[in-house]
Amino acid sequence: MNLDQLNQIFNGTILMDGHIPGDYTKAFASDLMSDVLRFRMENTVLITGLCTVQVLRTAEMSNITCIIFARGKKVTPDMLALAKEHHIAIIESELTLFEICGRLYQGGLEPVCR
Amino acid sequence: MRMHFEIEGGDFTAAGRASSEVKKTLKQFNIPPEVLRKVAIALYEAEMNVVAHAWSGTMDADILPEGIHVVMEDKGPGIEDIERAMEEGFSTATEEVRQMGFGAGMGLPNIRKNSDRMVLTSTPGVGTRLEITVAF
Repeated sequence: MNLDQLNQIFNGTILMDGHIPGDYTKAFASDLMSDVLRFRMENTVLITGLCTVQVLRTAEMSNITCIIFARGKKVTPDMLALAKEHHIAIIESELTLFEICGRLYQGGLEPVCR
Repeated sequence: MRMHFEIEGGDFTAAGRASSEVKKTLKQFNIPPEVLRKVAIALYEAEMNVVAHAWSGTMDADILPEGIHVVMEDKGPGIEDIERAMEEGFSTATEEVRQMGFGAGMGLPNIRKNSDRMVLTSTPGVGTRLEITVAF
């Protein structure tokens, strides 16, 4: 699914569309970036409640092109600048990690494989 | 081609810049995406280690036709027990590092997983040297 189809599932706010034709088939939820770096993340959406520049760096290194920030976390201007530079789509949501995951799972996204 | 970077300990905002530059440079060459990902992750983990644990450090990346060879050297507390540091889950990271989403004791094992050769040496109280090679 593309970014708009993805966002329709949980009605978040798209802050940055990444300017890439996203084809998302999998999702990974974690506040631990060390764990994000251990998995193959192609075509994967990252859902997190951690809101730091290092989330963007982790996404960049892992080839993640979409991050959903849960629990009403507000993305900072320097995070948005990094997202723009690396063509990473950013969505904010008031929902909890659990609810976003549940909706996306129901919507057809699959877990990543090790 | 050789790239050199200075890395400042404790500067979490800048952490990842050096790895990002190397990844950007490698993207210009015809390198398989899977190899590019391995290099980026290994370097980023190593860079985070310097920022998280050392006072200062350097990254020197040699990009050769057959692969990339990177040497990270830092001035810092060093590693008392390298064998233990290589175990998954072992960490001496501070609370600040953990709040950044790191410090779970996965970094060094992940560097090993994403590199073809890894040599780690350290002198406690002086610093640590890490050599990483990834073949293209």
